[in-house]
Amino acid sequence: MKIGEKIATRFAFGEEILALGRENPNVYVVDCDMAKSCKADPFAKELPEQYVNVGIAEQNGAGVAAGLATCGKIPFIVTYAVFCSLRMAEQIRQEICYPKLNVKFACSHGGVTPANDGASHQGIEDMGVLRTIPNMTVIMPADYNSTKKLLRAVAEADGPMYIRFTRDAIPVVYDEDQEFEIGKAVKLREGKDVAIIANGDTVHLALKAADLLAAEGISARVLDMHTIKPLDVEAVAACARDIGRIVTTEDHNIINGLGSAVCEVVAELGCGTVRRIGIQDQFGMSAPYERLLAINGITVEDIVKHCKDLL
Amino acid sequence: MANREEKIAYLQGKARDLRLCALEMIYEAQSGHPGGAFSAADIIAALYYDELHLNPQDARDPDRDRFILSKGHVCPVLYAALGDLGFFDRAYLHTLRKEGSILQGHPSMSKCPGIDISTGSLGQGLSCAVGMALAGKRDKKAYRVFAMVGDGECNEGQIWEALMTAYKYRLSNLVVIFDGNGLQIQGPCDEVMPMIDIVAKAKAFGCETFEIDGHDMGQILDVLDAVRNSESDLPKFIKANTIKGKGVDYMENSLDWHGAAPNKEQYEDAVAQLKGEK
Repeated sequence: MKIGEKIATRFAFGEEILALGRENPNVYVVDCDMAKSCKADPFAKELPEQYVNVGIAEQNGAGVAAGLATCGKIPFIVTYAVFCSLRMAEQIRQEICYPKLNVKFACSHGGVTPANDGASHQGIEDMGVLRTIPNMTVIMPADYNSTKKLLRAVAEADGPMYIRFTRDAIPVVYDEDQEFEIGKAVKLREGKDVAIIANGDTVHLALKAADLLAAEGISARVLDMHTIKPLDVEAVAACARDIGRIVTTEDHNIINGLGSAVCEVVAELGCGTVRRIGIQDQFGMSAPYERLLAINGITVEDIVKHCKDLL
Repeated sequence: MANREEKIAYLQGKARDLRLCALEMIYEAQSGHPGGAFSAADIIAALYYDELHLNPQDARDPDRDRFILSKGHVCPVLYAALGDLGFFDRAYLHTLRKEGSILQGHPSMSKCPGIDISTGSLGQGLSCAVGMALAGKRDKKAYRVFAMVGDGECNEGQIWEALMTAYKYRLSNLVVIFDGNGLQIQGPCDEVMPMIDIVAKAKAFGCETFEIDGHDMGQILDVLDAVRNSESDLPKFIKANTIKGKGVDYMENSLDWHGAAPNKEQYEDAVAQLKGEK
């Protein structure tokens, strides 16, 4: 995919999980009857011996995946962000994170991206919930190309990992050959006046905001913090020390997501100010995706405004 | 074992030793769950000293049989078997629930050799057993997976999700053992949440079902034979009728001994009873 083209990141998951499954017979999909929607259907059809559909039973799905992992499989649980992080939360804690089993959670419908579905399907707490469980890694890639790369990194690394996709289309921001490392932020723009730390479907907004700021003579550093746990503490600390003014943006509740993780580092460092942009601790509704972002103040204009306020 | 009577006597002796060891552990820790440990002891003795193919020198041997103690709180009786069989140094048996011990209050697979999955939060172990049995089928391995669930534990909906999956994938290599001691924390299981007929339910969920007296070693061996020799492709479900606290008169069928440790006097009395000195 070329930069600027629009596609939901769940499509990247569907293509890459099939490639991974072809390469390694131990790569499994444990489906909570969501493969069609999460784009794992080609995997299910081509690799039936590596596919398990537990039905609409997320809690059982987590346990089945744990059992498979103890037998050397690399199961990817496929469902929506909200059902994974909340419906199976305790199973994830007890059976997967506590024994640190090699189970992956590949979840579509992150944030408000299932816009028309309404609040029941919009996972806005998922990354925060899962970030508090020991041994869990929590990732949201920014686009189609980075989703493929980070999914592959997740498959190759050991331990429980959550990776979140968008239901709705978002623009590609990376070249296909860009490399990624779990837990290492990507510096998309260098800048000295303000730092914008973004992830997921807000990264492209942060880049546009940086362009607008540049036109006004304001230089903004932009980081893609695709992994919120383990957080790239060094990259955050560098923003705090070098610049001291940080705006975070995420399609997630402002409580306990990227913004909170950044604040934890900055507060302990004792230098720098943070403004958090994200879901305003309120449930969503059925509405166009861009409207839901706007209602929560997650727009290019909002990012520009917050950056200027800090100057 | 030369003959059936000798085998039964040997396993009855092992069951008594497991109870004594579990009791000592709980007494020393002054914390634990003797009631459910004693209801499970005879079956665990038969599994660990006769039925399961295990390798104490390589606890993670990929070809081993698996045992999932889904009712994880009764783990002292399992630890007793694992320690006796050499999965870890017997000295650890005196460290139950102590800081830094491999013998956690509820079993941890990353701390204790021989534990196939971490349990303690009820209703979850059976799903893990399903995953292991499915991997075994897909990999064409001969191992079997035994999962013991409590009767109170079957209040959890996830147990039924797991059974549906076991049937769907025809996990004939999965053996579910229902420890039907009839009591859970707040009272008799049938008062807390009526089960009505667990055998009929398990059958309706697609299992091949069996029912035994879970303290009759002859019946335990017979049912394990029947399960092993079954040609059915269905998952197996054994309802074991058991007595909570079995072997110690003041613990038997008592709600008070679900999660309580004996004092010195009670401990000595229980030891004497289990040793047949009283």
